[in-house]
Amino acid sequence: MSATTAVEVAIRRFRFEAPEADLVDLRRRLQATRWPDKETVKDESQGAQLAKLQALVGYWGTDYDWRKVEARLNALPQFTTNIDGLDIHFIHVKSRHKGALPLLITHGWPGSVIELLKIIEPLTDPTAHGGSAGDAFDVVIPSLPGYGFSARPQAPGWNPDRIARGWNELMHRLGYEQYVAQGGDWGAVITEVMGRQAPAGLRGIHVNLAAAVPPDVEAALAGTGPVPAMSEQERAVFDALRAYRMSGYAGYFVALTARPQAVGYGLTDSPVGLAAFFLWHPGFANWSYGDDPADPKTKDEVLDDITLYWVTNTATSSGRLYWEHGGASPTSAAAIKTAEISLPVGVTVFPDDVYRPPESWARRAYRNLTYFHEVDRGGHFAAWEQPQLFSEEIRAAFHSLR
Amino acid sequence: MSPSTAGIATETAIRPFRVDVPEEQLVELRRRIDATRWPDRETVTDQSQGVQLARLLGLARYWSLGYDWRKVEAKLNALPQFVTEIDRLQLHFIHVRSRQPNALPVVITHGWPGSVLELIKTIGPLTDPGAFGGRAEDAFDVVMPSLPGYGFSAHPSESGWGPERIGSAWDVLMKRLGYTRYVAQGGDYGAVVTHAMGRQAPAGLLGIHVNLPAAVPLEVLPAVGGGPAPTGLSEKERAALDQVITAAMRDTAYSLMMGTKPQTIGYSLNDSPVGLAAWMLGHPGFNRWAYGSDPGQPTTDEVLDDITLYWLTSSPTSAARSYWENHGRSPLVAAAQMTVDISIPTAVSAFPGELYVAPESWARRAYPKLIYFHEAERGGHFAALEEPEIFSQELRAAFTSLR
Repeated sequence: MSATTAVEVAIRRFRFEAPEADLVDLRRRLQATRWPDKETVKDESQGAQLAKLQALVGYWGTDYDWRKVEARLNALPQFTTNIDGLDIHFIHVKSRHKGALPLLITHGWPGSVIELLKIIEPLTDPTAHGGSAGDAFDVVIPSLPGYGFSARPQAPGWNPDRIARGWNELMHRLGYEQYVAQGGDWGAVITEVMGRQAPAGLRGIHVNLAAAVPPDVEAALAGTGPVPAMSEQERAVFDALRAYRMSGYAGYFVALTARPQAVGYGLTDSPVGLAAFFLWHPGFANWSYGDDPADPKTKDEVLDDITLYWVTNTATSSGRLYWEHGGASPTSAAAIKTAEISLPVGVTVFPDDVYRPPESWARRAYRNLTYFHEVDRGGHFAAWEQPQLFSEEIRAAFHSLR
Repeated sequence: MSPSTAGIATETAIRPFRVDVPEEQLVELRRRIDATRWPDRETVTDQSQGVQLARLLGLARYWSLGYDWRKVEAKLNALPQFVTEIDRLQLHFIHVRSRQPNALPVVITHGWPGSVLELIKTIGPLTDPGAFGGRAEDAFDVVMPSLPGYGFSAHPSESGWGPERIGSAWDVLMKRLGYTRYVAQGGDYGAVVTHAMGRQAPAGLLGIHVNLPAAVPLEVLPAVGGGPAPTGLSEKERAALDQVITAAMRDTAYSLMMGTKPQTIGYSLNDSPVGLAAWMLGHPGFNRWAYGSDPGQPTTDEVLDDITLYWLTSSPTSAARSYWENHGRSPLVAAAQMTVDISIPTAVSAFPGELYVAPESWARRAYPKLIYFHEAERGGHFAALEEPEIFSQELRAAFTSLR
């Protein structure tokens, strides 16, 4: 084996420590924020409200402590390895239970590995979290290229297909010949691509943002086709999707798809601009980001995620994934080509996610649907918001594939 | 005069206005430009991901080190500028009267990401046509207001300042200036406001001219959404449709964002001058601008004048809100602009570098009373800035029958 090859496949331990000067500069920028006028309405219909954002930023620039989440991350086994020319960061936690099923979990935008930290214990140590030893997983949680601690691609081409191939390479490099894959948001798109690619050893996938909108419904939503006949439940989902698309949710999606660099300058230079842009995502719509310890969606958790993007300067590189994907809707069965997935597929619908696909649509989209369940709580960031419930879903979804 | 009538007098008063930006604001702007935290370079070799890093770095360096705001400030202050309160908002405008006794009054409205600065080169040719190859009887008195939330006009603190309300305010302004018969002109958002005025048809408004016509007919919209194109399109119509499709796919991200969440995008634009520059240069009107190395207009200084005006007046968010107030109605689509309701004479100039070159056949269908249609030989989205003399000639020709 040549020395070069050895370096390329090497798996190196990873720790992150943000330079103190970067944190000082962040606080300086936050305190020097040049604020716009207040919105001219009494709700969020023009975007993040000034008073709410000022309160969050006031805390971010003074008492918020990045070192806490940094310590949480550094307490986990983190690694980097070079795949297809790019250093990929990942968390890798093995279960102490023999026969644990290896599970690759992919985050999305504007999330990160931080949204997945709370499910590591329930998945790797199920007996301490209401499960049995037979439910154990080894978990691998990579940072997407251009996100977090993974390197930022300097050339085009890091689209979901390439990332999916890279993920399979990663699992094999870790010695896993048989594994399953899971994701929501971009993680769902990449997981579905893996399902299409069906590399040897991938036994099945689970997604918590299904690409289940049928082509005829998609055409009706786009105004290029008639509204098809639907059941009452399907019609309700259709109406919700239509209202949702009218509401301007798509602005960030369209902007990042069309011009990630144009948007990126402001987000890279202005931490407040970055925060406002991220909080636009519908996944944060139900978040209070307050102080209530009973509400897991605290301002610290939101700021951990936003600060991760800031300190790694990945606002622009992460947005480029939208450009790479060319605007294909992550919820459209046709755009994601779900018909080409022959592997077993599990779907969990969380009620507060961006849409709630009915089982009938999921059955049309995935020809080998082995699990479908709509749970009673949780939203777009289900692993973050409801880690125990999310973990139970993963156990149930993959039970038949062990 | 009693105190109460004094109040009324103040409300309708027209006061002279001068621009004088405090020096510390210019120092602070340079400090922020110098402290810019930059993203990585784009991963492509063209503008397909947005303004390229090397170009923006070069522009930012000049903006900080070589650019002089005071020059354009002096240029503005050499013009008769005023403010007056209309509908409880203080509005800024430039008002230049022609020496010709029977000059036709015209209110000209700028758009986004423009300002009155995009229009000032037409003041000479319009007010003094004899000095610019025209005839004395083609002279105009020009009124160029800053849109609410833009430039030196006040920022609305409540919602409701949509095109209709702005259109009504412009009529109040013209009447307050003593003009009982006038015409209106606009491109970009200025065309949206001018269309609203055309629908309102206030007494005395003789006609309108737009250089961004709302001529796209309803039946081609499915094609813009990815569906099939209707059959029987002429060559020009097909070309225009292709331009609209391109614009919808590639160039409308900014309008969608500002139309739905102006506050969200506003935070970064108001806090980062480079972010603001990149955002404004992302407008398709600037697509072909070569950062000052092009032979024609605009120059680098002219572009920075405009961006700096937005920065210094802290108006990126309030300006973006005008899109939200427009409720996502496309400025290009006849039905969205309700052109069928425009019963007064309408004139259209189609500039070859515009977002789309409206075919005359579409313009005739869109505007019930089209009195003038002409394809100009040069010029783009910022026609008044790029080709002020051609633009002025278009206005003379368009309005000659209404004098």
